[in-house]
Amino acid sequence: MEITIIAETSGEGLHPVTEQLVGAASSLGGAITVLCPGGVGSVEASTISGVSKVVSLQGDCFSSFDSGSWSTVMAPFSQGMVMASSSPSGRELGAQIASKIEAPIVQDITGIESGYKVTRSVYSGKVVETSSLTAPCVVTLRQNAFEAASKGGNSEVVVVDNSTEVSVAVKEAIAKAGERMDVSDAEIIISGGRGMGEPSNFSHLNEVADVIGAAVGASRAAVDSWDEIPHSMQVGQTGKTVNPTLYIAVGISGAIQHLAGMRSSKYIVAINKDPDAPIFGVADYGIVATWEDALPALKEELAKLS
Amino acid sequence: MKIAVLLKQVPDTTAKIAVSGDRVDQSSVAKWSTSPYDEYALEYALQLKEAGAGDLVAITCGPERASKMLTDAAAVGVDSMLHVVAETTEMDSKQIQSILVAAINHCGADVVLCGKQAADTNSGSTGPGIASLMGAACVGMVSELIVEGDGFSALRASSTGNERVSVSRPCLFAFDKAPTELRRPNVKGIMMAKRKVIETVSTDDLGISLGDSRVIIDSHNSPPEKPPGQKFEGAESVQTVVLKLREEANVI
Repeated sequence: MEITIIAETSGEGLHPVTEQLVGAASSLGGAITVLCPGGVGSVEASTISGVSKVVSLQGDCFSSFDSGSWSTVMAPFSQGMVMASSSPSGRELGAQIASKIEAPIVQDITGIESGYKVTRSVYSGKVVETSSLTAPCVVTLRQNAFEAASKGGNSEVVVVDNSTEVSVAVKEAIAKAGERMDVSDAEIIISGGRGMGEPSNFSHLNEVADVIGAAVGASRAAVDSWDEIPHSMQVGQTGKTVNPTLYIAVGISGAIQHLAGMRSSKYIVAINKDPDAPIFGVADYGIVATWEDALPALKEELAKLS
Repeated sequence: MKIAVLLKQVPDTTAKIAVSGDRVDQSSVAKWSTSPYDEYALEYALQLKEAGAGDLVAITCGPERASKMLTDAAAVGVDSMLHVVAETTEMDSKQIQSILVAAINHCGADVVLCGKQAADTNSGSTGPGIASLMGAACVGMVSELIVEGDGFSALRASSTGNERVSVSRPCLFAFDKAPTELRRPNVKGIMMAKRKVIETVSTDDLGISLGDSRVIIDSHNSPPEKPPGQKFEGAESVQTVVLKLREEANVI
């Protein structure tokens, strides 16, 4: 049984989810090959425990993201069970590879067992679906849902220089405003809703986030109401699905659209002045208080820990 | 040039979802809606049409009830509608994509707009899979689209922010939430829509053989009930909660 992993990269190196992909693959058994688009992170990938081989793909087409040309080059190396991250680019690339190897794809799985029984969340988190797959097939894995493999491997790195015609030309890159961590990558997230009153009050969330190295998110209501809160911060149905170890919801009522994006967080803290807010239904720890009272206290208590 | 927009009818996100036996009980869904990201695709497709880029066809694959969505699309200005009547709930990604590609070819479209993922299955496979089968350029996470010469210029999200990209036909755009108002049908539009006929076809009519699904759905279950959390009154309880996060939950 073969497993092929599509490395997820971040800047010049591997994204931490790549080690989680290897961890999930190792639990199934079988030879694991990691494909590194553009050769990014290939040496790092070879040091992950459990990896049998790394294929460093160095063709010209990998200089910017184009799922069409990338998948054309990657498909011949995509054997058996193919795994990628369920990031936006991972989903797009995974679906293109699936099409080219004539295999089905199941996206955003949160569990996998041998015999390829996979689980995932559907209908906005209201239903858990279990299904069975046979290789060849493609799955994408939800970030932080699987144990990461450890370091300590030493596998061979094979360099392949294949390219193909690119059909998506990048004309201009527009950098993200602000240097804050993306909610998709964060272990801890503190999010604000319309209960924050006005967008400038998000500075209080930023202050708490800085103390514990958290990312700052927002509810759809906040993003829709205030231009200052960008869509990239939105957690929920029409925003990002997150899976941090700690999610702190402040002034968020807990509409189903929001819960869909964060209910799988390991621990949830809710701060809301309305004791009947639905967010308390999913919170491990609820605090009935205004943010004006609770956030300064939270900042102070967290600062004492560090 | 002909433009196709792909629409999927899904349970409204506010609708209750009941599981009966080992499957979601579709018949108990109180309200069906167009999947939210598809609405952005529709809006930008209408803008392309208004810019003179070509005729616009709305395509869906689903059971009878999905035709309501096509009538709504006609009321906001699509030129024609194609309904592939099929029950899709047990189909795998490959089967659904082969139906939709056949439908797109049937309409003669070479520009396809769709949502980045459907609100029910939350997958995002359909757009890129279709692009691959059509040999079309694929642009995902799109939040802006305009005609540029013979091709298009699109804004897409990237891992570091946004990118402006150029593509030529054939091409497919999968839409993220976009900073635009969505138009709603008005009385005139609804009256106009009544005169438009939905073309209804079966998978046999399209000449495709689907084969068996290679993803076998074993079961649907309601998610395990989370045990009730601990609730505290007043900001003075912040200290207690922080202590519990450290000692009980072990997360900070």
